[in-house]
Amino acid sequence: MKKRELNRSANDFDKMLTVSPNPHIKSSETTTSLMLCVIIALAPATVWGVYQFGLRALMIILVSIVSCVASEALSSLIFKLKFSITDLSAVVTGLLLGLNLPVSVPLWMPAVGGVFAIVIVKQLFGGIGKNFLNPALCARVFLFSWAHEMTFFTAPKTALPLFSSEIDAVSTATPLASLNEGLLPSTPILDLFIGKQPGCIGEISAMLLLAGGLFLIIRKVISIRIPLAFIGTVFALTYLFPLGDQDVHFAVASVFSGALFLGAFFMATDYTTSPCTPIGQIIYGVGCGALTVLIRYFGGYPEGVSFAILIMNLFVWFIDKFTKPKPFGFVKPEKPKKAEGGEAK
Amino acid sequence: MSGFFRVIKERFKEGFITNNPTFIQFIGMCPTLATTTSAKNALGMGLAVTAVLAFSNTVISLLRKIIPSQVRIAAFIVIISGAVTATELLMKAFLPALNAALGIFIPLIVVNCIILARAEAFASKNKVFPSFVDGIAMGLGFTGALFLIGSVREIIGAGTWFGMKITPAAYSPATIFIMAPGAFFTLGILVAITNKIKYSVSERKRKKEANAALALGDRAEKPTEEETV
Repeated sequence: MKKRELNRSANDFDKMLTVSPNPHIKSSETTTSLMLCVIIALAPATVWGVYQFGLRALMIILVSIVSCVASEALSSLIFKLKFSITDLSAVVTGLLLGLNLPVSVPLWMPAVGGVFAIVIVKQLFGGIGKNFLNPALCARVFLFSWAHEMTFFTAPKTALPLFSSEIDAVSTATPLASLNEGLLPSTPILDLFIGKQPGCIGEISAMLLLAGGLFLIIRKVISIRIPLAFIGTVFALTYLFPLGDQDVHFAVASVFSGALFLGAFFMATDYTTSPCTPIGQIIYGVGCGALTVLIRYFGGYPEGVSFAILIMNLFVWFIDKFTKPKPFGFVKPEKPKKAEGGEAK
Repeated sequence: MSGFFRVIKERFKEGFITNNPTFIQFIGMCPTLATTTSAKNALGMGLAVTAVLAFSNTVISLLRKIIPSQVRIAAFIVIISGAVTATELLMKAFLPALNAALGIFIPLIVVNCIILARAEAFASKNKVFPSFVDGIAMGLGFTGALFLIGSVREIIGAGTWFGMKITPAAYSPATIFIMAPGAFFTLGILVAITNKIKYSVSERKRKKEANAALALGDRAEKPTEEETV
């Protein structure tokens, strides 16, 4: 009698519970919803970039997005991969690539960059979730092949033709160029923060990028660990070891200029190319920050955020391996003791 | 006489297609990546390797019964380095510009795996004539592959071919292709294309054989002539 009751209750449990291997946490989030969040978070900085640099900036972003989406569609057909246009990841890659280019680049450059990002960096390695480098950043570094175009920055509010690649404007020094000479930039720090500085389309406004990043953190799309460690390290290093005889203003200006906020909130946090353990994320962020400062101080290009993130991308596997959490109650197996006497080898 | 041509045909097919040193065997990768910055450099490097390979294969094959197997590698290296030194001196005298462009990679032919691999795998086990032909064929297969990579890199990365401007003026060359990453991109994509062709050919062959077997099986179960021989 008792046994029977027991059996019946076991059966009831089967109906009540889903018995399955882990993971057990379920969420209504999908890749599409996460990507949509990233797009929403980037929207203010994008609008600001277009407002500052004119409609040509919008053209560049659009060309980049169209190029990414078209390459994703074509390559998934050719390589017979899962058709993944609807997850919006190609749109995010295109948007990030566009935001990472100066406004004066010829329009074929975002197109070439988009093809490279999607086909070479992402699809050849198996599509979304399998790339080991951030596609948008990798494409940006690939585009440094045309170094002159990539380092030609015009001042905001310069009138540029919408389509033509013949740019009739003077190049201005970005705040980073003067920072790397140990001088404070001519732009006041408040303007740097708000985003009235020359630079790539989407990187100029630390304020709006910060707002977008906080939105992502509140929506729990990203954790605060990587951006905080990244920006914190850059601040600490530039505060402790400023170039020239500069005070805290130098560190603040260093944090607000260049692609630091864009990189820290939107590109270093890419799920596929960042560590998944909390400690690993902090190590990764600190590494990104330290490399950024080193490249800014000693490298050939004034900006080091992209290179720093790409280099740290390569270490993600090791970071994850060495920060793997211990299972609950795990006891380290004792090393087999050496047998006594001459039997041991 | 037919054997003579058969050896040549077989060796060349081996060197260019079925056992291409670069795309199939993946040996000699270091000069493949480093010296293919232009079609001219690639061709020069390939021909230098071919000359060394033909010479070393011939000499090693001649001496194959004299060299004791315990010290064969050392003996091969002595022969190869002799050939490389001769090649290097000749290049210095007659092609100084090419020699300067290829730099350290000419002396490094000594340790190029293609040469040692062919010595070990072929020349030390075969007669002189096939070994000589094998050296030429493998060398030219290597040259062809290098030339292909070099051409792609030069055209995309500099807009020129053998130093001549061939792209339209509007084309802005992607300099990354004549730098180190470009070598990996080009090699990777060419290997992918080679593999694709290789698999589709073998697939077609397999299907053809399956169809033939099916057709045969319908008519008779007895073994065909070839099988009984």
